[in-house]
Amino acid sequence: MPSEQLPSTHKEKGRDKPPGRKPPGSGLPPRRSIRILRWARRVTQTATLGLFLFFLTQTTFRGSFSASADVPVRLAFPVELFFLINPYAALVTLLTSHTVYRGLLWALATVAVTLIFGRAFCGWVCPFGTLHHFFGWVLPSRKNKGAARVAANRTHPVRQRVKYYLLYAFLGAAAVGSAFGGTFDPIALAVRGLGLSVLPGLQYTVGAALRLLADSNVRVLQGVADVAQFVLSRTLWQASQFHYHDGWILGVAFVALVVLNRFIPRFWCRVLCPLGALLGVTARHALVGMEKDHARCTNCNLCLVHCQGADSPQGGVTWRQDECHVCLNCENACPEGVIRFRFLPSRESTTTRPDTQRRTTLASVAAGAAMVPLARSADSLDVNYEPRLIRPPGAVEEREFLARCIRCGECMKVCPNNALHPALLEAGIEGIWTPILIPRIGYCEHSCVLCGQVCPTGAIRRLTEKEKTGVDQPPVRMGTAFYDYGRCLPWAMQTPCIVCEEFCPTSPKAIWTEQVEVPLRESKPAPDGGAPAMKTVKLQRPHVDPSLCIGCGACEKVCPVQDRPAIYVTSVGESRSRTNVILLDRKPS
Amino acid sequence: MPDRISRREALSRVGAAAGTLAAAAAVGLWRWDRHAHAQVRDSSTRQVRDFRVSSAPDQPDFVVATGTSDAAALTDKALAAMGGMARFISRGDVVAIKPNIGWDRTPSQAANTHPDVVAALVKAALDAGAKRVVVTDNSCNEPQRSFQRSGILEKAAAVGAQVVLPADNHLRTTRLHGELLDEWPILVPILEADKVINVPIVKHHGLARLTCAMKNWYGLLGGRRNRLHQDIDTSIADLATFMRPTLTVVDATRVLYRNGPQGGNLADTRQLDTVVASLDQVAADAYSCTLINQKPDDIGYLKIAQRRGLGTMDWASLKVRQV
Repeated sequence: MPSEQLPSTHKEKGRDKPPGRKPPGSGLPPRRSIRILRWARRVTQTATLGLFLFFLTQTTFRGSFSASADVPVRLAFPVELFFLINPYAALVTLLTSHTVYRGLLWALATVAVTLIFGRAFCGWVCPFGTLHHFFGWVLPSRKNKGAARVAANRTHPVRQRVKYYLLYAFLGAAAVGSAFGGTFDPIALAVRGLGLSVLPGLQYTVGAALRLLADSNVRVLQGVADVAQFVLSRTLWQASQFHYHDGWILGVAFVALVVLNRFIPRFWCRVLCPLGALLGVTARHALVGMEKDHARCTNCNLCLVHCQGADSPQGGVTWRQDECHVCLNCENACPEGVIRFRFLPSRESTTTRPDTQRRTTLASVAAGAAMVPLARSADSLDVNYEPRLIRPPGAVEEREFLARCIRCGECMKVCPNNALHPALLEAGIEGIWTPILIPRIGYCEHSCVLCGQVCPTGAIRRLTEKEKTGVDQPPVRMGTAFYDYGRCLPWAMQTPCIVCEEFCPTSPKAIWTEQVEVPLRESKPAPDGGAPAMKTVKLQRPHVDPSLCIGCGACEKVCPVQDRPAIYVTSVGESRSRTNVILLDRKPS
Repeated sequence: MPDRISRREALSRVGAAAGTLAAAAAVGLWRWDRHAHAQVRDSSTRQVRDFRVSSAPDQPDFVVATGTSDAAALTDKALAAMGGMARFISRGDVVAIKPNIGWDRTPSQAANTHPDVVAALVKAALDAGAKRVVVTDNSCNEPQRSFQRSGILEKAAAVGAQVVLPADNHLRTTRLHGELLDEWPILVPILEADKVINVPIVKHHGLARLTCAMKNWYGLLGGRRNRLHQDIDTSIADLATFMRPTLTVVDATRVLYRNGPQGGNLADTRQLDTVVASLDQVAADAYSCTLINQKPDDIGYLKIAQRRGLGTMDWASLKVRQV
């Protein structure tokens, strides 16, 4: 290939003529329409990234100063929008559940865009893609400019095939009933990384800084700190610091993917993204594409300097439509008029399909599909119920849940009590990053149904307040509370307490108390130095009525035995399961 | 044999070493806690935040208003019988109103103070010339939900109150010097007000039997307040010792007489259409407990409060007016 010798010549050229001063080569200006479209792309990218971040910060409940008491609490915006227009999420859950859940039909809009323009979603809309675009531009070192950068943007077939095989593996898993592929969904990665790790980390940092101001004795600084705290708590985060179980892993993964842009621009998009791969496969039928006039190419490689998809826009080789993000940088840069995007182009110098190999494809599908029985024949699902696997209220039965949950993190982000957390191994290896309730960190608010509102795939049902709390029907139960009598104050230490009873939200309360008179030893020795005297104290000792307990975890959250609580919730008795039960008369609702 | 270094070089090396040492010593001396003072905490007498106004001889101390089902009208009636808000509020005062906004419940469920009672007080305070009226509480349930679904966020804000949703930065560790409560994070907007009006609702409480005026001060506290149940009576009395409000207005328009303090079931509530205004928080509680079939003598914190001289359980001994 002639282009192989080029970096050196380009380097020499670049030395005496820094790019940008004088147009290189023939210096033909790009078409006006391309210059406008390139700006339109930048505006769209900024807008969609902005919208994504706005929706992310709105994925929480902040009290409204104008809503009346009887208005059900709902969010003002469709914050899960970027999952709804996500064909990968739609396809995975279509394969697992054989349905397209509610708003997921919007994914068709993205499919339509792809069938007209190719992977324009990646280059114009995807917020995670835009982040990589931005960091792929600012992060590369001095060394990674010029020729090195051109080299980094050449198609790397082996590397770039990985994402297709990943896609096929995840689709294979989906075909046999697992939405495990959601772990690699780019929007989910962005929500989990930013929402559950980066944002709380930022809140922690800013909060510490503002506390310094508040602790100063300067009135003005205290005022500034108060106003800043108020504004931030109503816009970016919430009034209290949120903590996510093992959230740091999500943050590290997110930052690592961003930093990879320093070495290979848009590493995630080119190498790993299964949504990109799906759109790449779809783009084979795209109506808009590139034509090249190879004869005019002088191998100046300017097209490669800012190529996003590493899709071979340069002359002498065929263009990879499945890899191209349609950013239009190549045509804009070409000084010879070689590259031309147009409607229904000649496909003479275009490769429309991924260059994957059939055997490896089949092997990927098989490997993905095989992962599911492998994970499920381990003990976590049917035989050795994990007590900590407490699912959000309205979560569907566990198999159905694993089929629907794409690990998008929306429920964890929206939960106003910081009760929902990403599972690491609590739900088995297959359930990584699916939501679990950790009552010790936050309990499930009795009449809150926001997690089901934002769930894009129906893994958590859209409950009404009446369905959840059980007005004229059985309530939704997430588990059952148990006492650890060895640690409970009235039971073990003859000390009054029953905060658990106070917080129990059901009526009648699932926690009831029994009045007892019990002996208690005085703490001080007798006056003669002998054994301390005994006295009798009156106490209320709490009990759980498992037929009334809904497993919300309020009791566990407020138990004053601070480290390991004296009352704790486990998943048994959850109304979504027919098998994880205690009582004979407990029917699943 | 290497050359000896120059004088200049020698001086500069010694100077660098000395400079570093001097800097380290300066920092060390500046931050030196020579006598371990930083470890020692001062301790002094019991703290009191007294927001009371001097009593007026020709005005009642205790008013029970009934006769309408309009919560706002009842509140106005009770205030008027007390001599009007102007008796308590001076022009330019910052007034803090402390309702019970503990739970994520709607007004009819009788777990939080009625929003119309709160709004009526806000209006009256502003009409009496208050510079600013702050409404706040530190909820038990998630605060944003509790404030919104109690109706207080909307109705108090609509009449011009500054509704402060509790946040980490509103809590400041404060010394109470109580028998039980030594040092706790407390809601600053209330401590910094000129006048404080306590607006509790009358409710049953599983452990304390009654939650009304004195128990409502739990809502001042942040931190791990769940520990306080171990001696709920003393902790309530400590808070009532610390907080002496300008006025207590008890919302008994509807009460929660069982399954408290959270309720959730309309069958646990009872419509009473009563508002009580009192200068004495102990008397207010003693009267209120009868509304939910409790006896004042069974309520431990009332007895402690009376013993400490915070007020009287014999509300009938005050200057009472029924309107």
